[in-house]
Amino acid sequence: MTVVERREVALVDLLDRLLAGGVVITGDITLRIADVDLVRIDLNALISSVNAHVPSPWPETSRL
Amino acid sequence: MSALRYVYALCRPFSAPLQHPLTGVGGAPARQVEHHGLVAVVSQVPEEDFAEEPLKAHLEDLDWLTATARAHQKVIDALSGVTTPLPLRLATVFRDDSGVRVMIEERKDDLRRALDRVEGRVEWGVKVYIDDRETDTAESDSPAGKATSGRDYLRQRRTRTMAHEEMWEKVEEFARRLHGTLSSHAEESRLHAPQNSVLSRASGRNVLNAAYLVARSSSEEFVELVGRTGDDTPGIRVELTGPWAAYSFTGLMEGET
Repeated sequence: MTVVERREVALVDLLDRLLAGGVVITGDITLRIADVDLVRIDLNALISSVNAHVPSPWPETSRL
Repeated sequence: MSALRYVYALCRPFSAPLQHPLTGVGGAPARQVEHHGLVAVVSQVPEEDFAEEPLKAHLEDLDWLTATARAHQKVIDALSGVTTPLPLRLATVFRDDSGVRVMIEERKDDLRRALDRVEGRVEWGVKVYIDDRETDTAESDSPAGKATSGRDYLRQRRTRTMAHEEMWEKVEEFARRLHGTLSSHAEESRLHAPQNSVLSRASGRNVLNAAYLVARSSSEEFVELVGRTGDDTPGIRVELTGPWAAYSFTGLMEGET
């Protein structure tokens, strides 16, 4: 086993926190960003648009 | 063009000087809006980017999302150097300072509770990967050669499937044990969904994606623990990230009491 410590913050780790963490407050602009499902969908669209040739399976549940 | 207020974090008033100049999304200067003994850290963002419709469109633009997320993180990072910020979710936007004050007014008890909960604590991320190449190697180690009959073929396939399943079981058991150990050394833990390797560009498959809330003062010990908890199973990789502001432990979801 190897333990890797990354110096630079990976975007995907940041998105885990910024899209599924952080205090959810409905601002004056009515956004549905609080809705994680929508964000998931957005990310899926994003992944498939960036990698049109690669299938993008998004794991739905933790295996634990 | 009218400007909206993008809120990065709430914190208690702090006296230590911030890095100057602290800039947020789009390079706009970040500043403080204080109300009821709480500080919202905000910057101005253009309505044409952050009103509902353009924002929805932007969220599907990886470059825009990256730049915005990085800018948000930069502000949180700077705040973490002088206080314990309570980070907000990406793109929390108000019309003006007065909207921000109304929000503080309405949520001040929740916000204070949440701030108390994260005070002096940081978040560590731990991910466990199974290296697909290792399982492939394990597969090719199984009786090689061409199947000479349908029965041979089925037997070889069963052996490969078993090797693969055994590896999975090992990794899941390892991840479960690691999560148990780390949880018992953390104040709280949270499981995030395993990461998509297309987005993370990491090799191998992510089986555990966990976050742990740890006191700053215990962090050195926690990091050492992560390093020690390994075993010798080839094909397992553990990745540590942090320290993060306590994004995964803000405990405040809209509608929660």
